[in-house]
Amino acid sequence: MRPKADLEPAVSVGEPTAGAPASAAAPETGRRRPRAARRRIRRLTTRDRLVITVLLGLPLLFTFVLVWATTLASVGLSFTNWDGIGSAKFVGIDNYKELFTNYPPFATAIWHNLLWLGFLALVATPLGLLFAVLLDRKIRFGRFYQSALYLPVVLSLAVIGFISQLIFARDDGILNTLLGTTGPGQHPVDWIGDPHINIWVVLVMAGWRHAGYVMVLYLAGLKGVDPSLKEAAAIDGANARQTFFRVVFPVMRPVNIIVGVITVIEALRAFDIVYAINGGTNGLELLSVLITDNIIGEASRIGFGSAIAVVLLLISVGCIVAYCMTELREEKS
Amino acid sequence: MTAIAAGPATPKATGAKGPRAAVAPRRVGLHVFLAAVSLLWLAPLLLAVYASLRPYQETAKYGYFSLPHHLSFAYYREAFTQSGMAQHFLNTLLIAVPAVLLTLFFASFVAFCIARVRIRGGFFILILFTAGNLLPPQVMVTPVYELFTRIPLPYWMSDSLTMYDSYWGVIAIHIAFQTGFCVFVMTNFMKALPEELREAAIVDGAGVWTQFWRITLPLCRPALAALATLEFAWIYNDFLWALVLMSSGDKMPVTSALNNLKGQYFQDYNLLAAGSVLVALPTVILFFILQRHFIAGLTLGATKG
Repeated sequence: MRPKADLEPAVSVGEPTAGAPASAAAPETGRRRPRAARRRIRRLTTRDRLVITVLLGLPLLFTFVLVWATTLASVGLSFTNWDGIGSAKFVGIDNYKELFTNYPPFATAIWHNLLWLGFLALVATPLGLLFAVLLDRKIRFGRFYQSALYLPVVLSLAVIGFISQLIFARDDGILNTLLGTTGPGQHPVDWIGDPHINIWVVLVMAGWRHAGYVMVLYLAGLKGVDPSLKEAAAIDGANARQTFFRVVFPVMRPVNIIVGVITVIEALRAFDIVYAINGGTNGLELLSVLITDNIIGEASRIGFGSAIAVVLLLISVGCIVAYCMTELREEKS
Repeated sequence: MTAIAAGPATPKATGAKGPRAAVAPRRVGLHVFLAAVSLLWLAPLLLAVYASLRPYQETAKYGYFSLPHHLSFAYYREAFTQSGMAQHFLNTLLIAVPAVLLTLFFASFVAFCIARVRIRGGFFILILFTAGNLLPPQVMVTPVYELFTRIPLPYWMSDSLTMYDSYWGVIAIHIAFQTGFCVFVMTNFMKALPEELREAAIVDGAGVWTQFWRITLPLCRPALAALATLEFAWIYNDFLWALVLMSSGDKMPVTSALNNLKGQYFQDYNLLAAGSVLVALPTVILFFILQRHFIAGLTLGATKG
């Protein structure tokens, strides 16, 4: 019954070409629609239109002004040398030139963001999928496992940052105590202070949280899979693994896309956990931290910070476009 | 798991076969694996709770993996008073509660317009909201800051006389940003709802508002519960916007209160642990309250069979 209903908007969108003589007849929008658009449209009274205009207009206005307009404004700022106080001077692509040639933390931050993405995509996300698959059937204690694995998701990354310090601190952290390297004459590993190691510690903590998030999304996705598909596959002689990889996983495409997008976005947005641990310095540089430091830090290099933001934006836009394309294809089919 | 059967949009979920086919060794392995992973996942939290109950001198002397000599809630009292946590909790509630409610309300209505009323251009509105949520917030930081310092507010609304350094500004940006994700989830959920009820209401002459508020929204309870948990956690945990859009320390949300517990020269981790547990408590409690609806509510796009 759904496909038929989905066709209706196509009719009303294509309306101007459909009823050329009718549109010339009456200026009032309510009358102009051809009979093809029928029932639903005609039923909108003036009061309905008012309700829709206000309640749809407000969130649209919010999103336009605060999200889209400000993003565009940032792109504009990235071509200036504005410091937040004086007037902004247009400097062309100077900020970008400096960013790529004369700003060492930038390369480090890009590398860390990519590492973050790689870790989430290759370790944390598959782990979350595995948890979801294991918990999707009715098993004893299922609810307990589910809660335990999900719990880190509701914690703030700031809290996770503090917990990491508790575990990974050099002199009296839990991990070093457990390893027995805290005594005198020992050389305990400085998990958080060593710039070569700390990024991995942070990744483990971020992955700890991300896996639970992915698990929940996939649990929701698996519930939506038609059980008759699995039965059909079983009748055809497919084993559990084949059924999952050949039937269930491909059918979950919409969820896969969401999880993919969320994974990328989480990797690009990562901020709180490193900020809570050491302000995002000394081996924990990330693009988001560099932007924040430049913009609200003492130097107040807003133009320069915006240029970093635009680089981050460009990477995100790549994902957004990919997402929109798939949605568009879904909509058409 | 009862909630799954209760969710109106997932009638298929109950179609699974019998709960237990046979108690095979694989079952045992599964439970061992899941129990081990769950323990690993809970360990940092349990350790934090355990540490927070013991005095620093004791854990410093015997290590964190020792049997307790003294257990007390003293650190909780200290963390609560020393960081001024009561005030910061209140600040967070003042931001998170209106932001979550308004976000869910607006997002539901937008989703209703897209999925049910099927307004023209609905698909592009959906893209506009969803894609907006995918933008990195750092990109918006400067213009939002500049915009808010220029918007005057009367004194009774904000003692800073601008949107900057007021709860209104933080609430507004959360609504603008979070509506995207909620529109996306709600649209998918509403598309899967049965139409008959609403059609009957239309025949009875119900307007758009009645169809939305009285007919559709009550059916969306599972989705709203799921989103409320997620959104509350996200907004509650926000660090960035409060940092950027607030300047008075006494208006900061509770996540930043933890910074007050960090000593200048000496770090009492047990105190920090107590503070972390306190800060995490509300989101954990909300999760347990709304958990029954949680998975059932997150229908992320129907998969066609």
